[in-house]
Amino acid sequence: MALLEVKDMTQYFGGLCAVTDFSVTFTGGELMGLIGPNGAGKTTVFNLISGFYQPSCGDIVFKGKNTRGLKPHKVTGLGIARTFQNIRLWFDMSVLDNILVSQYYHLGYSLWDCFVRSNRYLRREAEMRAWGMEILEALDLAQFADELPGNLPYGIQRRVEIARALSTKPDLLMLDEPAAGLNSADVEGLIKLIAWIHKEFKLSIWMIEHQMDVVMSLCTWIKVIDFGATIAEGTPKEIRENPVVIKAYLGDDAI
Amino acid sequence: MKQYTIPALLALLLAVLVFVSMTGAMNVYWQSVLMFMGINIILSSSLNIINGNMGEFSCGHAGFMAVGAYVSSVLSVLLFAEGSVFGEALLPPHLAVFLFPFILVAGGVAASLVGLLVAVPSFRTRGDYLAIITIAAAYIVKSTIENINAIGGARGFMGMSKVTAAMNTTADLPWMIIWVFLGTVFSVWLIRRFIFSTLGNGVNAVCQDEIAAEIMSVNTNQVKMTAFMVSCGLAGIAGALFAHVLGYVNPGSFTILKSTEVMVMVYLGGMGSLSGSVLSAILITLLMEALRPLQIIKWIVIPLLLVLLMQFRPEGIMGNRELSDIFPGLKKFYRLKG
Ligand SMILES: Nc1ncnc2c1ncn2[C@@H]1O[C@H](COP(=O)(O)OP(=O)(O)OP(=O)(O)O)[C@@H](O)[C@H]1O
Ligand SMILES: [Mg+2]
Repeated sequence: MALLEVKDMTQYFGGLCAVTDFSVTFTGGELMGLIGPNGAGKTTVFNLISGFYQPSCGDIVFKGKNTRGLKPHKVTGLGIARTFQNIRLWFDMSVLDNILVSQYYHLGYSLWDCFVRSNRYLRREAEMRAWGMEILEALDLAQFADELPGNLPYGIQRRVEIARALSTKPDLLMLDEPAAGLNSADVEGLIKLIAWIHKEFKLSIWMIEHQMDVVMSLCTWIKVIDFGATIAEGTPKEIRENPVVIKAYLGDDAI
Repeated sequence: MKQYTIPALLALLLAVLVFVSMTGAMNVYWQSVLMFMGINIILSSSLNIINGNMGEFSCGHAGFMAVGAYVSSVLSVLLFAEGSVFGEALLPPHLAVFLFPFILVAGGVAASLVGLLVAVPSFRTRGDYLAIITIAAAYIVKSTIENINAIGGARGFMGMSKVTAAMNTTADLPWMIIWVFLGTVFSVWLIRRFIFSTLGNGVNAVCQDEIAAEIMSVNTNQVKMTAFMVSCGLAGIAGALFAHVLGYVNPGSFTILKSTEVMVMVYLGGMGSLSGSVLSAILITLLMEALRPLQIIKWIVIPLLLVLLMQFRPEGIMGNRELSDIFPGLKKFYRLKG
């Protein structure tokens, strides 16, 4: 059974067709790229799969379950986590609290447990804390656990977002432009980090990215969309040499 | 050892309060001021969950307070008050003291169920609707009470002083002081446990970025419902205490003015700060008493103070910090987490 199967997903915003007949299959363990010019509909694809929008038509099946009608928190609970193009951490909460709240789906205790501080509450809070610290340590963020995210450099904030997504224990991690706004040294680190996460956590990663060196050095398969339509897919080498892709990126004059 | 410091101090405080009330060292006026202070602490710290932590705008706290007040009053009069509205008392008076906590809880549960009724429609829609729906709910509660003759309608409902008198048959203590004290400590303790757990931190996440919360696996709808029900339930307990302190209630005590008073406490204390809500409830209660001789002019002075506050310290006394953020030494005495 495929991990994720998206078939002919289409999304209209009023008259605008932001995504047309988009299909993709993850069997588990791949590192895929999603690229395309600005406004191509990449973020919309992520928004659809994470349940933020319901597709106008088409089906999204994750682990054999059709996600139509599921609230985003359920979809995330099933194992799809994502980061945002613009950082959306909870800025008035410490980094560790950000990581803890993201484990909400797996909370495993009730309001009553919380009031009486039952054994279940104490055990789960301790487990979540331990898991949170494990993630932070793995991503070299442990020293920032008690900091507010807003006090951290931009590159670190990006990494906290990835940590927060990982803390939900996903099987598919979707990264929306993780390298946006990073300097070249940070980009180097990010490439290593993503490769490491992919190996260490044994999950599928799907990333949107404008910086070609990031996509080309990490991904084994790349999909290209333009005006919502899939215009090409293939290995990095094929994509780099595909005239349709070059045309979409550079305009007609370039050819 | 240190984690026992605060319970020990609270026990000592309660003992002192009981002692000075019994010996007459503290007169009845100050006793009632202290009791209203406790009730105000419950009201402001519970409303703070919604208007502070969650960043929503509930304007009907007095309505939920009224539900708690009436449900508990009817229940306690029915069970323990001889010869009033409902005829013979159902239970012997010496049980009053033991069952009173359950009566308080019943008032709280009733209020939180009404809260649920309000929450279901209002959290489906965008934030601002809660303000309107809670105002409406408070009006509905008030006019419902005014139109039920069995509980006195607009004239009010009484008989609760017979219940407090019944408590004295068990032991001659200033019971309402004790109950208000315990109710206040209980409420603040409960809110602390809720808001500083990961479950309760979901409320802060919803406030700061609801979309991110939903996408990061937080069941935002459930979080909002839970928080709202906890808040309303505690308002109900405050109402129950209020009714029994006064010995009678009437719908006129639960107007929008009362809701506004509680909102002022929340904003004065600092949104989302539990210690701020407690501090400002104490301050406002004292201020109200100090300004009592001004009579109607009070309602010029208090808004004026608010305007000044908004001008010079819009974030309230504490901002969104807690006492332990300002005095880290306090952390030794209690654990916020775990
Ligand atoms: N909620 C919405 N309502 C209406 N139009 C929308 C909405 N969200 C996205 N769009 C439109 O859909 C198109 C695709 O947007 P999307 O954000 O998916 O692009 P993108 O590929 O992520 O671009 P970028 O590289 O700039 O992030 C754009 O034209 C955008 O204006
Ligand atoms: Mg985008």
